[in-house]
Amino acid sequence: MSKKKKSKRKKKWERIDGREANELRPIKIESGVLPNADGSAYIEMGRNKIIVGVFGPGEMHPKHLAKPHKAVLRCRYHMAPFSVDPRRSPAPSRRDTEIGMVMRYSLEPAIFLERYPRSCIEVYAEVLQADGGTRCASINAATVALVDAGIPMRDLVVSCAAGKYNGRVILDLGDYEDKEGEADVPVAYMPKLGEVTLLQMDGILSAEELEKCINLSIEGCNQIYEMQREALKKKYGIEKEEN
Amino acid sequence: MSPRHGIVPRLKRKKIQEAVTSGKRMDGRELEDYREIVVKSNVIEKAEGSAEVFLGDTRVMVGIKIKCGAPFEDTPNAGVIICNAEFVPIASPNFEPGPPREESIELARVVDRGLRSAEVVDFSKLAIIPGKYVYVINVDIYILNHAGNLIDASAIAALAALRGTMKPVYKVKDGEVLLTDKKKPLKAEKMPVAVTLVKIGDSLILDPSADEEEVMDARLTVTVDEDGNVCTIQKSGTYGLTIEEIGKAINIAVEKATEIRSKITGND
Repeated sequence: MSKKKKSKRKKKWERIDGREANELRPIKIESGVLPNADGSAYIEMGRNKIIVGVFGPGEMHPKHLAKPHKAVLRCRYHMAPFSVDPRRSPAPSRRDTEIGMVMRYSLEPAIFLERYPRSCIEVYAEVLQADGGTRCASINAATVALVDAGIPMRDLVVSCAAGKYNGRVILDLGDYEDKEGEADVPVAYMPKLGEVTLLQMDGILSAEELEKCINLSIEGCNQIYEMQREALKKKYGIEKEEN
Repeated sequence: MSPRHGIVPRLKRKKIQEAVTSGKRMDGRELEDYREIVVKSNVIEKAEGSAEVFLGDTRVMVGIKIKCGAPFEDTPNAGVIICNAEFVPIASPNFEPGPPREESIELARVVDRGLRSAEVVDFSKLAIIPGKYVYVINVDIYILNHAGNLIDASAIAALAALRGTMKPVYKVKDGEVLLTDKKKPLKAEKMPVAVTLVKIGDSLILDPSADEEEVMDARLTVTVDEDGNVCTIQKSGTYGLTIEEIGKAINIAVEKATEIRSKITGND
């Protein structure tokens, strides 16, 4: 019985949530959500719920890690214990550390760090609910939060994944597609500068498929870019007109 | 604490003390006023229960996770509840990543004691195989913005989350515990609510803001259940309280708890 169902789904090429192959999950971005942070943003990307706070530029602690010619960017990615099933320990895992690092690599190229020598900019991403593609969603929110903090940037960094599930290249993998699929390719991209700042891959893909995935991701990034701009305009647009 | 911009300059300290002495507060509240309380339930679909509470600018999220696990040795037939608080760095420039600090352990333990002593859930009904497997309820408190009085906000959030919690149903087959697809309400019927007062000079004020907490002399948290019984008391701060002050604080707490409780039930 279950086998029959499976083959039926394969025939129709249907995604778990009924999306088209090149369709993003619904996205909601809000900026300026944390009164204590210098900049902040909240993103919902499908069922992902992530809140990002930016502090700085401020003093670097410990001092010997400060760089004389530029600011240090610090990123921390952390998941709430209730964000996944089963409950997860709140202690940072190796995966968290790695994602914090790739977030830094993705965002660093966009920031004018050289304008703030000897200082530190901190980006904290807290995943309240995870549903596949948290690193991409975190990067998207972090960019908006950095802009909200008034940190000068060359471009917005947008991130989105593509991958292969059931033999087909698809955009923005959900949790199930991420876990059961053949491959996952998260990409971060600066649309104005045309530079890719993050590229990871796990799974198995042919060179042709990989190229397809990257192009599809960038297509998705361009759509998210507009949503980031909208979120920022919503907060700052009216103020600008008054000036 | 390692204040970076959180430090209250001496002038501000003087100002707060002066205001309180003359019966006023910096944000315009009366001494016994709470800030606005907003409760949102079931905000995290992946958790068995959840709630987000706004107390003025203070913002706390609680997620409940339930699993099957071993009981405590001294209560082999009762379910287990574990509270944990995370002071994540987005909540305040003074919070840093790392192992839990004193404040977060205190917060979790005060909330935990409130839930436990009030028997918010009938723990004796949470055994799966008595002595071997019981329901383990994890209450994770996540501070999203620190603007004072985290204990009260967390207690409200924990209670609101538990009230909406659906527990997974386990079945026992040949001595083994199997998870089913079914879910049942957890039935959190008791309603312990924490009310925190701080003493500044000779006055007692309710629902302290972050600045008021910094200049306070003493703090008293009183947890009260729906019958007006006190379930937990926690005193902290560098100065003492007189017996009269404690008596007065408990009376205020019992009265205020009713008001807070209506905010939670109004949200179910």
